[in-house]
Amino acid sequence: MATLKELSTRKDPLTGGHRACSGCGFPQIVRMVCLASKYPVVVVAATGCLEVTTTIFPYSAWTVPFVHNAFENAAATLSGIEAAYHALSKKGKISKKINFVAFGGDGGTYDIGLQSLSGAMERGHDLLYVCYNNQAYMNTGVQRSGATPTGANTTTEPAGKIKQGKMEKRKDLTEIIVAHNIPYAAQATVGFWADLTRKAEKAFSITGPKFINVLQPCRLGWQYKPEETMAIGRLAAETCFWPLYEVENLPGRQAGGKYKVTYKPKEKKPAVDFLKKQDRFRHLFKPQNAGLLEEIQKEIDLRWQELLLKEASSSKALAKEEKA
Amino acid sequence: MATAAKTGNEAMAEAMRQINPDVVAAYPITPATEVVMIFAQFVADGLVDTEYIPVESEHSAMSACVGAATTGARVMTGTSSQGLALMYEILPIASALRLPIIMCEVNRALSAPINIHCDHSDTMAARDFGWLQIFSENAQEAYDNLLQAVRIAEDPRVLLPAMVTTDGFIISHGMEKIEILEDAQVKEYIGEKKAPYSILDVDKPVTIGALDLTDYYFEHKMPVNEAMKASKDIILEVGRDFGKRFGRNYEFFEKYKIDDAEIAIVALGSTCGTAKVAIDQLREQGIKAGMLKIRVFRPFPAEEIAQALSKLKSIAVLDRSDSFNTQGGPVFTEVCSALYNSTSRPKIINYIYGLGGRDINVSQIKGVFSDLLKVEKMPIINYLGVRQ
Amino acid sequence: MNKLMGWKELPPCDQLGAKTAEAFETGDWRLGEKPVWHPEICIQCLICWISCPDSAVNVKDSKMTGFDYKHCKGCGICAYECPVKPNKAITMEKESSFVRLRRTSEDK
Repeated sequence: MATLKELSTRKDPLTGGHRACSGCGFPQIVRMVCLASKYPVVVVAATGCLEVTTTIFPYSAWTVPFVHNAFENAAATLSGIEAAYHALSKKGKISKKINFVAFGGDGGTYDIGLQSLSGAMERGHDLLYVCYNNQAYMNTGVQRSGATPTGANTTTEPAGKIKQGKMEKRKDLTEIIVAHNIPYAAQATVGFWADLTRKAEKAFSITGPKFINVLQPCRLGWQYKPEETMAIGRLAAETCFWPLYEVENLPGRQAGGKYKVTYKPKEKKPAVDFLKKQDRFRHLFKPQNAGLLEEIQKEIDLRWQELLLKEASSSKALAKEEKA
Repeated sequence: MATAAKTGNEAMAEAMRQINPDVVAAYPITPATEVVMIFAQFVADGLVDTEYIPVESEHSAMSACVGAATTGARVMTGTSSQGLALMYEILPIASALRLPIIMCEVNRALSAPINIHCDHSDTMAARDFGWLQIFSENAQEAYDNLLQAVRIAEDPRVLLPAMVTTDGFIISHGMEKIEILEDAQVKEYIGEKKAPYSILDVDKPVTIGALDLTDYYFEHKMPVNEAMKASKDIILEVGRDFGKRFGRNYEFFEKYKIDDAEIAIVALGSTCGTAKVAIDQLREQGIKAGMLKIRVFRPFPAEEIAQALSKLKSIAVLDRSDSFNTQGGPVFTEVCSALYNSTSRPKIINYIYGLGGRDINVSQIKGVFSDLLKVEKMPIINYLGVRQ
Repeated sequence: MNKLMGWKELPPCDQLGAKTAEAFETGDWRLGEKPVWHPEICIQCLICWISCPDSAVNVKDSKMTGFDYKHCKGCGICAYECPVKPNKAITMEKESSFVRLRRTSEDK
């Protein structure tokens, strides 16, 4: 795996001068993923914070080729580019190896972008889709999305006198994408650069569709001090609110795919450690919401257990295969 | 050149095979499905070099076309009605990004009610998206128009996406005798695509699809206008060159017995074929009837249409779609607008007809002409062929 | 403000040049604090470089050389993440209260 020193010699995909909030989390994700590529990249982004802040005409912060089309079609747009790349390569019009990456927020990926992402994954295009997941439609003012966690305050499901924010459970998009039987899917967080970079490197080394769902704390929507963006990203993994794992379905795979949890906290921290750092959960700390906090902890524990079970059965199957 | 029996869809698929685009991204919808279905067989049989993307919706089809076109690749697709409607979000993106995507648009009614038959509501509703729109009367024109569309759209002075339309079922599924060029002729005719940039040129990175605030959006729409204006000359150049090379000349419109006509209809698509029969019969009776068949609807050749029509006594504009503005269909509105400032203007009335594939026949068209003979007694807006 | 382009001066086909945002100086977003580098105790781990949202940590030959104050927004992530103990190699310190009125390097 490339070290930071080696990564620092590669071309940074972004310059300064973009209008992302001070203390934002997605530029680091973009940099970590693109720097992990040994080959030049072509990037497509969905409408959202990333695209809007980095390409306000006449200022573009991108140093690599970049296309923005619309909100829900980053995966479809990149599919077209990738197909054209193959067509032109076959005709000898292009010989460079290029890696194709799409970036979409949770808005443009979990919800409105789900169809186009699903189609692209199913068709087997050789591209990497990275969701920078800040758990709400941040660019347009913190509206809820399918990725918003239970109990979070957003402007379209706010905490008020009778409702306590979003009551629904968030979608498990990573598992939905795993169900597409693609060669590689993973969850990561901006707070652990090495884990994310390794996953991006691995993804780029595989031909076929790849997906990485990266948790991205948002100081504006989650409401915390800007310097804590990376730290809160780490806390999400340390509390198992956002497990870091990967699923490989490479040729010759065993049944169920190979699940690997890439970060197991030595001491699993309680959910409240994560929740109390963000004002979007402030209302949960009112005495009458103690029950809600318990439910949230139970749900986190349950999903963590389910993930560990998948990993265990996956290693059992692998061990059986190796014996046979 | 060879003679073949082809339906409109088969003719378009054949043209696509000969064009041999780099990428086709398409989703099936009746009655356009066959175009890409037949093409998919060409792909499966190795008759084309195309990368074919069987996308999961028309929205993704147009999105993938936009992506592919930014690489400088030659890109095509096909759709109708609800499929075109699902693409509407991306159509103005394609034109503002100046991507010469070529679409086979088989005209079909927009829901609701759901209807798979011909009318022009789908194409007309897309008239403000900066796409070139060319209407075909029959399968021969569908084939010829598709080849010309590649030359027109990719011209560096134009660089706009183009939709070539045929009438759903009437032409798309109607068998006709057409003349097809040799593969080598088509290859030589369309040439290699030259794009101003490629997103795959990693040494010359470029950003496409930036955000414009209030200070730049307006300026960015002006080039689309300029390209539309420039396309007029190129459409004529290409159409006349096609005539010289292959014997079939094309202009903005076809004038059918209109030069000495006193009364005329203006129409688009397959109805014009029916109208020609009606006009011939009327001429035999000594009635000076004629027709202006509009082939190019976008850009709208207003000056040329005004010139062709201004000396007539009265005109009926036939619209196969309704704008629901209580003032008449889109073709009527644009023809009136073209004639508004002319020193001499005929009386113009409108017939909205044929919605949802409602048939229009020779005697109904002759009825329109007899209405024109007593035009001062006619309402301006008429609905032809609907039961009250 | 720099002069706005007329439509005839626009790059063709809705293109926008790469790296053009470098001319937009977001350094004036800082609210009175800026990161200060203490090279004598810096261990050159480059964690500040990878954690910066604004690509504002300058690196040459795999070594951190300082900050791009024209673009640094003063978020403080670099100082927070710096692992050096007991004193960090990056500290957030008060900046002079001089407020830059220039927005871009293209402004006269």
